[in-house]
Amino acid sequence: MKPAAFDYTAPDSLEETLAVLGEHADDAKLLAGGQSLVPMMNFRLAQPAMIIDCNRLRDLDFVRQTDDGGLRIGAMTRVRSLERDLKVERSAPLLFETVPWVAHPQIRARGTLGGSLAHADPAAELPVVALARRFRLRLRHTGSERWVDAKDFFVGLLETTLEPREMLVEVAVPPLPRRTGWAFTEVARRQGDYAQVGVAALVTLGDGGSCRDARLVYLSVGETPIEASRAALSLVGESLDEESFAAAAETAAGSEIEPTSDIHASAAYKRHLARVLTVRALRRATERAWAADGGAR
Amino acid sequence: MSQTHTVVTTINGERTERRLEARLLLSDFLRHELGLTGTHVGCEHGVCGACTVLFDGEPVRACLTLAVQAHEHEILTVEGLAPGPEHLHPLQQAFWEAHGLQCGFCTAGILMTLVPFLNENPDPTESEVRHALSGNLCRCTGYQHIVDAVLKAAAALRARDG
Repeated sequence: MKPAAFDYTAPDSLEETLAVLGEHADDAKLLAGGQSLVPMMNFRLAQPAMIIDCNRLRDLDFVRQTDDGGLRIGAMTRVRSLERDLKVERSAPLLFETVPWVAHPQIRARGTLGGSLAHADPAAELPVVALARRFRLRLRHTGSERWVDAKDFFVGLLETTLEPREMLVEVAVPPLPRRTGWAFTEVARRQGDYAQVGVAALVTLGDGGSCRDARLVYLSVGETPIEASRAALSLVGESLDEESFAAAAETAAGSEIEPTSDIHASAAYKRHLARVLTVRALRRATERAWAADGGAR
Repeated sequence: MSQTHTVVTTINGERTERRLEARLLLSDFLRHELGLTGTHVGCEHGVCGACTVLFDGEPVRACLTLAVQAHEHEILTVEGLAPGPEHLHPLQQAFWEAHGLQCGFCTAGILMTLVPFLNENPDPTESEVRHALSGNLCRCTGYQHIVDAVLKAAAALRARDG
């Protein structure tokens, strides 16, 4: 398996990258970590006429703390770097918990945050975190930029709102609200393979310890990362306990996700997994919310 | 033949310069251009881990990396692991002693994955070793002897590095 021939350029600056992309938008592909694009090229499922390699754009490899307690992360930051970054651990704990679930160490060493988000694979972990944590994405083309909310970015299977001449250059991670707990979990045949189902959960405690806000986002159960809004809303105002977890899991798994059967698992089994994983994630997120609150329960 | 690019790279400590097509995979560059056939090629789409090499010290899939991307970077393959022809790297030695290889096809990729792993985790648990191995497929030994070898190597490296 060998890629078909293509023209190749590896610009040293973002402006040059955007200029080349602007000129060849219709038949060029940006190469970030290459962990999804190169296999597709090896199979010749993708045969771009031009590859614009972003790996010399060192300026896009960064994690910065912002004054409000959030983070800015460059699109070319390797997943492996996120795994080792104390700023990520402190300020984006859901992302920090999720990155070890992303593929295998060899993939994480090359794969990038921006590449994964722009590829928009519904079986990928990072788009789920982007949606759950309401990342904002900075999209550039020559002479212009716009910021897009993660919930507006993922529009279909491997499809985003990126225009052909646009490039995702940076994401903004908002600060984690106070009294908030998080959890990510998934089930795969082999650790690091594409998950059959995965879920990210966030819960925020309100006065008196009831749930003030919640979020549930799933991977591998639809054409995009899927947010179960009704299940999350069902938790608001309730006490966070096994009863409310089970009810939310039933709503999400029963009616908000749309898994399909494949060679690894039936749709019914994936709904079962979603139910079980939702309860586990909510339980863990709730423990952490209480711990963030000082541990008194 | 399409356009070629000058690629200057350091492989196992030796500087190499070649004109290469951009579509040449790093795995094929190592094997076909340089004759470094210790790096094996299994699935060629990033699943089996047999082609794992170190790219600036990090384990990567050589089949998912273009050779042109190694320009101005350092690559270490299994041929560069042993300190000399008479001596094996402690991890290689442990694979031998613990029967960690059978047909040997996956071994190079596993070694190149676990050398940096042991640098970062000098005293791993069995579970951590199994996680570190998750990206490498072996179809002969069933992993038990591989895990034994890694734990044995970890102990040997700790003793050596004191």
